[in-house]
Amino acid sequence: MMAAFILAFSLLTLLMFFVSYCRSLTAASMHKALTEEVLDVTGIQAKASGRDFVRVMQLLQLCPDRHEDRSGLQIVGTYYSFLNLLDQSLAKLSPAVHTWAEEERAGCAHFAAVALGRRIALNREMLAQQVEL
Amino acid sequence: MPDRIALVIWVLGITADVCLIATSLIRGSFLKYFFLNLYVILAMSADLSRQFVLRTWGLNSVEYHYVYYYTDCLLTIALFVAVISLASRVFAELKLDKFVRITAVLLLLGTAGFSYGVVAQSTQRLSTSFTNELSQNLYFVGLVLTYLLWGAVLKLHETRTRLVQMVLALGLYFSAYAGSYALVNLASKYEAVLYLGPLLGCFLPISWSLTMLRHSEDSRLTPARLVAVQR
Repeated sequence: MMAAFILAFSLLTLLMFFVSYCRSLTAASMHKALTEEVLDVTGIQAKASGRDFVRVMQLLQLCPDRHEDRSGLQIVGTYYSFLNLLDQSLAKLSPAVHTWAEEERAGCAHFAAVALGRRIALNREMLAQQVEL
Repeated sequence: MPDRIALVIWVLGITADVCLIATSLIRGSFLKYFFLNLYVILAMSADLSRQFVLRTWGLNSVEYHYVYYYTDCLLTIALFVAVISLASRVFAELKLDKFVRITAVLLLLGTAGFSYGVVAQSTQRLSTSFTNELSQNLYFVGLVLTYLLWGAVLKLHETRTRLVQMVLALGLYFSAYAGSYALVNLASKYEAVLYLGPLLGCFLPISWSLTMLRHSEDSRLTPARLVAVQR
């Protein structure tokens, strides 16, 4: 009985800390504006929406990898899948959950778009170095 | 636990510990996060000494049991101190850090006294039972403390990215560890459950290393974004 209670309590806190951890990752990139280049390449209209995430991730795979971004993108990708799952299940019962999940997915898309901006900049640097050689 | 899988997890754990210490030394944060690093150094020493005792005396020996439970107890206390060091940083601006430390020492002594009381009621006063009981109780107290600390971070609109992410990583670790303890009690017949604890042990140094690598001490985030539901 006690073990079951601790398991339920810890699963709840685990979920809460996971959501907050992912939000802290996306929050760190929220104050960074998207560059014109990123807006052009991704077709994002001023502000990223949840649907942009998949497209931005595909574009990220075309750019040279930055290992500093890799783990963050994986965690945010997992969070995005979790939000999709939430949207397909609980959101049908409550529209507020759908609105919240959509806002969160937009945050994920913004995070990925900021990472894309960094990768484009890295790509340009590498190209410039090759031209110099 | 099959030897090979246990050894892989052990190597992963040691590597993660070394990574954190190296990262904090390179980033010049070793003394700034001294108690976090101390915990990791102790965890590494415990892993090495357990492995030595395991190879010398075997899994079912009294020596291994004593080393396992005493190092576990020591590590839990070190982790408890790490939580308090983070709490002191969060409350430092309110000049409450001294109060936090005194409360923590009282809580630690209280938990030790409670655990001793529980074990003393049994007919056989085994010191290993006491350390096991103390570890379990401290994990639970640690989870509750981290939960309260997270509440304080939100309430005080903490903006320091490193601090916020370290507290969250600690919260994830405590939740997962407390859950795995409960799962072992509920479903110990499933072998996979036994790997959970050692595997989770690798998570904390990895996540702290990533935080130190990704963010500088000056890096800030928008506190409003941390609240799951906006008011």
